[in-house]
Order: sequence, then C-alpha cells, then structure tokens
Amino acid sequence: MDKKEFFAQLRRQKWSYIFISVPFLLFFIFQLAPVFISFLWSFTEYDVVHPPKFIGLDNYINIFTNDPLFRKSVINTIIYVVGVVPLGVCLSLVLAVAIDQKIKFKNFFKSIFFLPTVTAIVAVSVIWKWLYAGEKYGLFNYLIMKLGFQPVDWLASPIWTLPSIMIMSIWAGLGYSMILFLAGLQTIPQVMYEMAEIDGAGFWCKLFHVTLPLLKPTIVFVSMMSFIFSFQVFEQVYVMTGGDGAIGGVLNSALTMVAYLYDKGFTKFQMGYASALAYIIFFCVFIFTMLNKRLIKSRVEY
Amino acid sequence: MWHELNMRKDALTVKLFIYTFLIAGAVTMVLPYLWMFITSIKPLEEIQSYPPSFLVKNPTFEPYEDLFRLVPMIRYIFNSLFVAGAITLFNVFAASLAGYAFAKHKFWGRDKLFFILLGSLMIPWQVNIIPGFIIVKTLGWLNTYRGLIIPSMACCAFGIFLNRQYISSIPDDLIDTAKIDGCSEFMIYRHVILPLIKPVVATLAIFTFIQQWNNFVWPLVIIHTSDMRTVPLALTVLTGQFGANFAMVMAGAVVATLPMLVVYLVFQKYIIKGIAMTGLKG
Repeated sequence: MDKKEFFAQLRRQKWSYIFISVPFLLFFIFQLAPVFISFLWSFTEYDVVHPPKFIGLDNYINIFTNDPLFRKSVINTIIYVVGVVPLGVCLSLVLAVAIDQKIKFKNFFKSIFFLPTVTAIVAVSVIWKWLYAGEKYGLFNYLIMKLGFQPVDWLASPIWTLPSIMIMSIWAGLGYSMILFLAGLQTIPQVMYEMAEIDGAGFWCKLFHVTLPLLKPTIVFVSMMSFIFSFQVFEQVYVMTGGDGAIGGVLNSALTMVAYLYDKGFTKFQMGYASALAYIIFFCVFIFTMLNKRLIKSRVEY
Repeated sequence: MWHELNMRKDALTVKLFIYTFLIAGAVTMVLPYLWMFITSIKPLEEIQSYPPSFLVKNPTFEPYEDLFRLVPMIRYIFNSLFVAGAITLFNVFAASLAGYAFAKHKFWGRDKLFFILLGSLMIPWQVNIIPGFIIVKTLGWLNTYRGLIIPSMACCAFGIFLNRQYISSIPDDLIDTAKIDGCSEFMIYRHVILPLIKPVVATLAIFTFIQQWNNFVWPLVIIHTSDMRTVPLALTVLTGQFGANFAMVMAGAVVATLPMLVVYLVFQKYIIKGIAMTGLKG
C-alpha cells in the first residue's frame, strides 16, 4: 500500500479514530503505560525522591529469600482464599437454589442478600469493626456470651483477626455470587426437571442429578471470580487492622499480599520493591485465570 | 397412594427447611445494618450501658449533628457526588461512542486495539497504582479533582466491550439508511444508535456511579488534604480520629451507605440484570 492510499484511507476512517481517541488516550496513559513502567521499576530501587536505580533482580531475590513478612503475607492470603472461596461459593449456591424454588417473597429475599454488594466495603468494614468491638460494647460478644460461650477477642487477637475479616467478607460477597448462580439456574431447561419428575425423582434427587451437574460452568465461573477478588483483598484489612500507619493487625496476623504491597509502596515508599510485589500478585492471578479458562472450556454436555 | 403421600411430606420438609434457612440468612444480612442505624441514634449513656440493646430509649440526632459539625461532611458528600458523577457521565458517553466505532466501523488496527483493551481487563489494580500515583504526582494533580477524576476515566474498557456487544446486534440497514439521508457519523450515533442502546447506557451508568461512590483505594493513595476527601476515605479517617465516638462513626457509615441503598432500591431491576448478564461487580 503506498503512502497516498494510506492517507486516503485514514481520512475515510477519521470519525472512527475521533470516536475512540479520548478514551484510548486516557487508557494508554493511565492503564497501559503503568503496566510497563511498574515492570521496569520492579528491577530498581526507587524511593520517589531520588530517581530509580537499576538493581537487577535484587527485589525479586530479596522477596523470595529474605523477607519473612512476604512469606507471612502469602500464608495469610492462602488461608484467606481457602477459607473464603469454598465457603462463600457453597453458601451462595445453597441460597440461590433455595430462592429459585417456588417460594413466597422471592424478590424480598433476593434484595436482602444483595444489600452488601452495593455498600462500600469500607462502610461494611467500619460497621463490622463495631460489631466485633471488645467485651463490653460489642454485639457479637454479647450474643456469644448469651449463648454461654466465652467472649472472643476478634480483632485484638492474632488468632482471630484474619478469621474475623474472612467471616465478614463471606457475608459481604454472598449476594453477588447468588445473583450469578440464579442467572445460571435460569439456563437449565425446565424439561430436564419434568423428565426427572416423571422418573419419580424428589427434590434432593433432582438437585444432585439435574441442577448441580448442569450448573457446573457457573460454579467454575463464580469460583474464579471469587478467587480473583479474594486474592486481592485489601480494603477490609486496611480498615479493620489499619489506622495510625500500621496495617496487618497484631503480629501481622492479617497482613495479606496486597496489604503488604500497599505498606511497602505508600507508607515506606519503596516503590521498586512494591512494583516487584505487584508483578508477583499479577502473575499469580494470571496463571489462575488461564487454568480456569481451560476448565470453563470443558463444559458439560447435555 | 403411599408414594404420593411420601412425596408431599418430602416437599413439605424441604419447604420448611428452605424458609428456615432463608429467614435465618436474611436476619444475618440485616443485623449489621440495623445495628449501625440503631447505634447512630443512641445517646452516649445508652451505648455504654450493658447489656447492649436494640431498643433506643431516647433516640437522638446528636451523632449526626456531631458528624456535620466536627468534620466538613457536606464537602465530602459533594466531593463524592461530583467525582462519581463526572466519571459516570464521561465513561457512559465515551464507552458508547467508542463501542459504536468498534462495532460498526472498519478501521486500521481495530481488532488489535480491541484485543489490547480486553486484555487490560485482566490486569489487577495493584500493577497500575504505583506508576499511576507517580504520574499524577508529576502532573501536580495530587489532592485535586483532576487527580480523582481523570485517571478513573481511563477505566472504560469494560464499558466499551459491553457497548460493542450490544451495538453489534443493531442491523446495519438502519445505519446505512441514515447515511443515505445525509447523517454525519456523530448524528448517526446521536439519533440512531443512542436511542437503541438505552438499557446498556442505564446499566453502565448505575454501575459506574455505585463503583465510584464506593471507590476507596485511589482516593486513599492520592488525597492527603482534609478538604478533598471522598466519603469512604472520610469514613476511615473518622474511625481513626473519633473512634471512641461510636455513634458518630456509625452516623458516618449511614451517610456512606444510605445513598447507594436508595439507588439500589430504585434501580434494582437494572442492577440484578446487569450482574446476571455480565458479571459486573457493584
């Protein structure tokens, strides 16, 4: 193609480029360029005041061989994900199946379970911090003592801090997964149920032999979304354990990977180190998403 | 006969089980909100009295008065509304315009650009935030509306994708007819495409607004002065500064929560459908 033709074509396509120009300009500056910049910075030492200094793979080497806090954050993140994802997915699946039955007040229940999804996670965390409050004022401890158990130190104990955040996150995430499951349930043809009924199948039989097998793609999708959100947990940790510069709770018992990244980048201003952490997180999410794409492709046939 | 009776008994126990489960669940869902609201209208003595009670003997608006007197809450609400509103307006407009170009125009580099755009959806915010902060700092946009608004305008990849999907299903004939009638490209967008994609525009607008109102990490990183805080940011600062004044903090939580609950109740249909269709998160 010669030059003249090329420009003629460009002129014809003028409007297309005008239509996409502004969003793409912003996209390149604030979304795409940072991806490459932080990759470069992950090989540097950078404290914002002085220009970045190239140090090769030192950040990565230090993270993996010489950083107990990173190890702690990985373990915490794994505990968090392993606790929140399966429980959250199972509970929301049960919820969706329950709401999908012929029951009264269907929409009322749907709305109630959905409320936390439109509430800022920061507000949710602030409310729950108050619910978890110490022995005297906290509603949870009061209820627990009413039931005859010992009060729990929730956010003040190294054992309970992370589970406290996990319980809250499951509560907050239920509605979102439930809606996805409900959408999945609508795709199961009614005929399948009718056929099962002719064969004399009761509720449980239909659930285990029709609903669940046909819902497999949705289950995989919801699990994947839940994993990605959980792996990047930050706001909850920041609000419930943070304040006064410290983040991560007693003995860093709730320091997750993203919380650690935030601490390195924006309280200690070790931008190079934080960029390396960001890339490690990115890599984990990426690998997991790719694995799941494979799983989704192997849909069940019916 | 026996069989049928058994089936009916079976169905009854299942129903009973379902209702118990759902009601217990609903109570668990509502409880934190209820407790937030109750705490926010309790006078101090009642908060400190034991055992904690769901009944308020002397309800008071004092925590709300404190909230609006001790911190510039009106300003924070304005900041949140202004920032979320500006981003929403821009994203909805830009995403539908770009979505139209991607769906119906043929231009050099179209598929490559679209592929990059889609790929960017997989990038977690942690990767962008450090250079994003430095870029904004270099531009001198820390603690400004520009800093809050413009970088967030860049996140319209999903909106473009959604619009493209939807606009692709509009028949080409409509556009061709408009062209023959002498419509310019922008007029086609304005008078042919836009009226047809109203549902997508509405869904996208609601989601963007809720997301931006609730957005926390970006303001946390770039706002360091008191008067530029958004509501969620103000709420965390409130928890730190007035942590002992539980009623006031809960009043702040009500202010942060209530507007979105109202938006949700009004636009419920769009929101539920939007999530079910696309996996968008509020």
